Amino acid sequence: MTMLPLEPTKKLGLVIDLDICVGCHACAVNCKEWNTGGYGNSLSDQEPFGADPAGTWLNRIHSFEAVPFDDAGQPAPQDARIVHFPKSCLHCDDAPCVTVCPTGASYKRSEDGIVLVNEDACIGCGLCAWACAYGAREMDAEAGVMKKCTLCVDRIYNENLPEEDRQPACVRSCPANARHFGDLADPSSDVSNMVVKRGGVDLMPEQGNRPVNKYLPPRPKSGTHACGSGQSDQVSLLKMAETPQAAGFVGWLDKALSKLD
Amino acid sequence: MHPAKSVIFFTTISGAGFGLIALLALTAGMGHISWDKSWELAAVGLGLSISGLISSVFHLGNPQRAWRAVTQWQSSWLSREGVLAVMTCGLFGLWVLAGMAGYVLPNMLGYVVAGLCVLTVFATAMIYAQLRPVPRWHTWLTPASYLGFSLSSGMLLMVMLHPHYNGMAGGALGCLAIAWTVKVLWWMRAAKADVRSGGSDTATATGLAGYADVRLFEKPHMTKNYLMKEMVFAVGRKHMQKLRLIALVLGAAAPAAFLGFSLIAGGNVLVMVFAVAAHLAGLFVERWLFFAEAEHVVSLYYGR
Ligand code: SF4
Ligand code: SF4
Ligand code: SF4
Repeated sequence: MTMLPLEPTKKLGLVIDLDICVGCHACAVNCKEWNTGGYGNSLSDQEPFGADPAGTWLNRIHSFEAVPFDDAGQPAPQDARIVHFPKSCLHCDDAPCVTVCPTGASYKRSEDGIVLVNEDACIGCGLCAWACAYGAREMDAEAGVMKKCTLCVDRIYNENLPEEDRQPACVRSCPANARHFGDLADPSSDVSNMVVKRGGVDLMPEQGNRPVNKYLPPRPKSGTHACGSGQSDQVSLLKMAETPQAAGFVGWLDKALSKLD
Repeated sequence: MHPAKSVIFFTTISGAGFGLIALLALTAGMGHISWDKSWELAAVGLGLSISGLISSVFHLGNPQRAWRAVTQWQSSWLSREGVLAVMTCGLFGLWVLAGMAGYVLPNMLGYVVAGLCVLTVFATAMIYAQLRPVPRWHTWLTPASYLGFSLSSGMLLMVMLHPHYNGMAGGALGCLAIAWTVKVLWWMRAAKADVRSGGSDTATATGLAGYADVRLFEKPHMTKNYLMKEMVFAVGRKHMQKLRLIALVLGAAAPAAFLGFSLIAGGNVLVMVFAVAAHLAGLFVERWLFFAEAEHVVSLYYGR
């Protein structure tokens, strides 16, 4: 049924921290590994060892160059940084991928808000992938059906797994702890708190999809720039190199070496 | 967006078929033709519509389940299109068969079938017009232009199929003018409706709006993926102006000239065959561009 359910009382989703993602692609690899043997058809590859390999992935990591704005709103090139950006389905509340589906294969669960594809009913028309602004759906070239992030529905409720593994594969495998899983409809959940504290945002809110997943923006790296209060508690490495004022062992070493001149 | 041949063929040919069916149904509804004598005309209309629909099925990853596509008409334009197409062809086919068998059904049916044709073509166009992530499609001008071309190609077919309707050549000229005027308006709007025109850009796409100037540093994978092949299609945009000119010459100027010629000659079927062929060829180019020109906001994640 491709009508959207009434507002689910539980909204399971991910919170992704753009401040600490190091772009290692571990979550993408583990996502592929888990999901190729789990829910539905496997995630096929075409010409995996050929000249032009391609394949289905439910989670991909893009990297962006970000030049943060200073207090005057101007880009500050000296603060430029790389932001690694993992992208999987955001399990939108107003999911257009669901309502466009002609077969009822795409649906949003009323009990926890997870957006899924019933692969036995999918005709592979591809319209849902067109309707998703985020590129979160990929047609599997082998099976001819639409694949998307399942929020690891076959892990999170799976009582055969030890308690600590009942989390999405990508969350479990992230070595930097940049991905968090929880109920975003519950204001007291860890993920909701994180979103409030860090000012979590929606991707492309202007598209009107009301994504459940949230992204935490990078923390300002320099106190004098980018959303900072203007007061720096950070140390200038340049100044330190020129006039070392270190204490403790390094200070003693500095003094001892200075005496040698 | 990737211009798939099957979808280009489907939208143009079934559009022409439904245009023709609508005009035939109206004519029959007004009592000017009866199916026992003119069933071949109906067969052409049905043949075009149905072959277009069949070609659209080839576009699917699992065509054997295509029947499921008629189930979600409450929410999905693609499903509505399927339901309406089946209803239209079914009702029209039954009407014609009944007429051939000597049963005279109420002429009212003509208006019902014509109305269903309009709704079917409208639903086809809404599959594209509903998509907010594709700003060039997301406008009421999209269904207007689909309806315009359905009418113009149906009208030209009508003139071609029966010299008796040569009196309608003037009407066909008018329809050509209307259809291409709408398309030119669509093109004018398209010039302003690039991928960022809906307010989306790389910063909103990454959630970094207001924080930083953002541009792509590295794609997720070095080779192409489904999303890039399907939605980040860029080949045709380069030759856009030339292709538009070709579409206009084949789709508008040539059929208008052939129509005029046929009019002077007092109705010539062969000349009208050329007119229809040129018009449809022009529409293929126009429809190819409709897809190739459309940009999807997902391309913001791929460096556009
Ligand atoms: S991110 Fe895309 S696929 Fe996932 S629910 Fe939203 S619109 Fe649908
Ligand atoms: S590809 Fe499958 S899931 Fe997507 S709209 Fe078509 S039938 Fe529905
Ligand atoms: S929740 Fe599961 S399916 Fe979704 S991106 Fe993470 S690992 Fe992949």
